[in-house]
Amino acid sequence: MPEAADAGLATLQEGRDEAAGLTSVAIDGPYTGPKPAAAARRRRHRGWYRLISPVAVVALWQLLSSAGLIPADKLPPPTTVWHTAVSLVTSNSPAYGTLQHAMLVSLERMAVGFTVGGSIAVLLALVAGLSRLGENAVDPLLQIVRMLPLFGLIPVFIVWFGIGELPKIILIALGAAIPLYLNTFAGIRGVDAKLAEVGRVQRLTRAETIRHIVLPGALPQALTGLRQSLGVAWLALVVAEQVNANAGLGFMISQATQFLRNDVILVALAVYAVLGLITDALVRLLERRALAWRRGILG
Amino acid sequence: MATRDSGLADIGTAAARVRGLTRAFDGRAVLDGVDLDIAPGEFVAMLGVSGTGKSTLLRALAGLDREVTGELTVPGTVAVAFQEPRLLPWRRVLANVGLGLRAQDPAAAARRALDEVGLTDRTEAWPLTLSGGEAQRAALARALVREPSLLLLDEPFSALDALTRIAMHRLVLRLWESHRPAVLLVTHDVDEALILADRVLVLASGRIVFSGPVDLPRPRDRDNPGLTELRHRLLTELGVNTEGQ
Repeated sequence: MPEAADAGLATLQEGRDEAAGLTSVAIDGPYTGPKPAAAARRRRHRGWYRLISPVAVVALWQLLSSAGLIPADKLPPPTTVWHTAVSLVTSNSPAYGTLQHAMLVSLERMAVGFTVGGSIAVLLALVAGLSRLGENAVDPLLQIVRMLPLFGLIPVFIVWFGIGELPKIILIALGAAIPLYLNTFAGIRGVDAKLAEVGRVQRLTRAETIRHIVLPGALPQALTGLRQSLGVAWLALVVAEQVNANAGLGFMISQATQFLRNDVILVALAVYAVLGLITDALVRLLERRALAWRRGILG
Repeated sequence: MATRDSGLADIGTAAARVRGLTRAFDGRAVLDGVDLDIAPGEFVAMLGVSGTGKSTLLRALAGLDREVTGELTVPGTVAVAFQEPRLLPWRRVLANVGLGLRAQDPAAAARRALDEVGLTDRTEAWPLTLSGGEAQRAALARALVREPSLLLLDEPFSALDALTRIAMHRLVLRLWESHRPAVLLVTHDVDEALILADRVLVLASGRIVFSGPVDLPRPRDRDNPGLTELRHRLLTELGVNTEGQ
C-alpha cells in the first residue's frame, strides 16, 4: 500500500522538522520524532495476522472430521460443537440448564474469589514489602502456603467448609493470592536503589517515597503477577467447580461426562478459554494505561 | 558516626566543612582523614583516578552515607546531580523536577527551573523519551529548583557525547553564575575541571593531595596557554606522566 507508506514518510519528515525546530539552541535534541502513523497502523493490523493459525487449525479439524479420520464420539467436529453451543444458549435443558446461566454462576465465583484473594495479597505484599518486621511476620507463612499443593487442599476444605460455595471461593482466592503476593512483594523490594537515593536527597517523607517511588516502581511486576493470578484463579475455578457443584460451567462438564457428551464438554471448555482470554486482555489494557511511561522504550 | 551539624554560627560562612573524614569498606580505608572547606559560591572540582573515593566523599556530603566517621558540616540545602539522571520514569518531567519541593507553588517553580535549562517544551514529556542531554538537564533543574547552598555534581557529564558535554559545561556555568551555589564537581576529566572550577583538588589514597586555584576569567578555552602548567601538574598528581617515558 504505497499511499500509506507515503503518509508515513510525510509524518516522519514532519517529526524531524519539529525536532529541528525544538533544538535550534541546544546541541542535543530529542532523538525520536513523533511515531510515524504507518507504523502504528501496521501494529494494529498485526493482531489479525495472529488469527490465521488458530483458524487454520479449526479448519483442519473440520476437514479431518468430515473425511471421517476423527471419530465423532471422541472429538465431535467444530460444526457440531457450534450447534451444541447454540442449543445450550437457546434452550433450557434439564441436565445442563442454559449456558449463560452456567457462565454467570462461574463468573460470580471467579469475581468473588479473585477480589478477596487479590485484595488480601496486595495488602500482605505491602505489609511485607514496606518493613522488615512485616516481612518477617508475613513472608514465611506465605512461602509455606505457596508450597502447599493447591488442589491437594480440596479434601481438607470439604471437611472444614462442607461442599457449598465457601470452599470453592477459598480455593480460587488462594490460587489468585499467591502469584500476586509474590510479584508485588518482589516488585516493591526490587525498586531501583538509585531512585530510592533520589528520594533521600530530595528529602521526601516516608509516605512520599512510597507514593512516588516504591509503588509506581513495583507496579510493572505487580501487574505481571496479576496476569499470573488470573491464570491460576481460572484453573482453581475449573477444578473447584467439578467437585460437588450443582451449577456453573464445571457442573456442566461433570454432567456431560456422565452422559458421554463430549460436545457439551468442549463448549464449556471453550467458554472457560474465552473468559480467560477476555480477563487477560483487560489486564493488558490496564497495563498499557498504567504503564504509559514505558511506551518510550516499548515503542 | 560523623557529626552532622546544621548550625551556621560555629563554622563561620563555609558552605561545607569536612575534618578528618574517614570511610572504610571491609577494613580498607577509602577516605583516610579528608579535610576540606568549600566557601559559599565557590566552584570546586575534585579529580582522582577511579576508586580513590571521590564519589564516597560526595555521597557523604549528600547525606547518603551514614557510615563515615569524622566531622562533616553542611549548613544549608544540598542538592545532587548524579552520573545518571535518575529521573523517575513514571513521573513526567515537570513532576520530577518538583519532586519533594516545599515551595508555595511547586509546579510554577519547577516550570521556571525547566525554562532555565531550556526544557520549556518538554515539561509534559516522559523521562524515557528524553535524550541523554535533555535528561541530564532535567536532573540539573531538579537540583537547582531547591536553591541549594551546596550543589554536588557526581560526574554528571561523563555519559554524554562530546558535543552535548560542551553545551552542558556552558549551561552549568550560566546556572552557577545566576544562582551562585557552592559547587563540588567530581570528575575524572582534567580539562572539564580546568574549564569550570575556581579551585581544583586531587584526591589520592583517601586524602586530598593537591589543591590549587584556577586564576583565569571564564569562559575558558581548553587551549588557553594559562592552563598548560596546571594541567601538567594535575596529570602528574594523577600519576599520568606527561613528559613521555
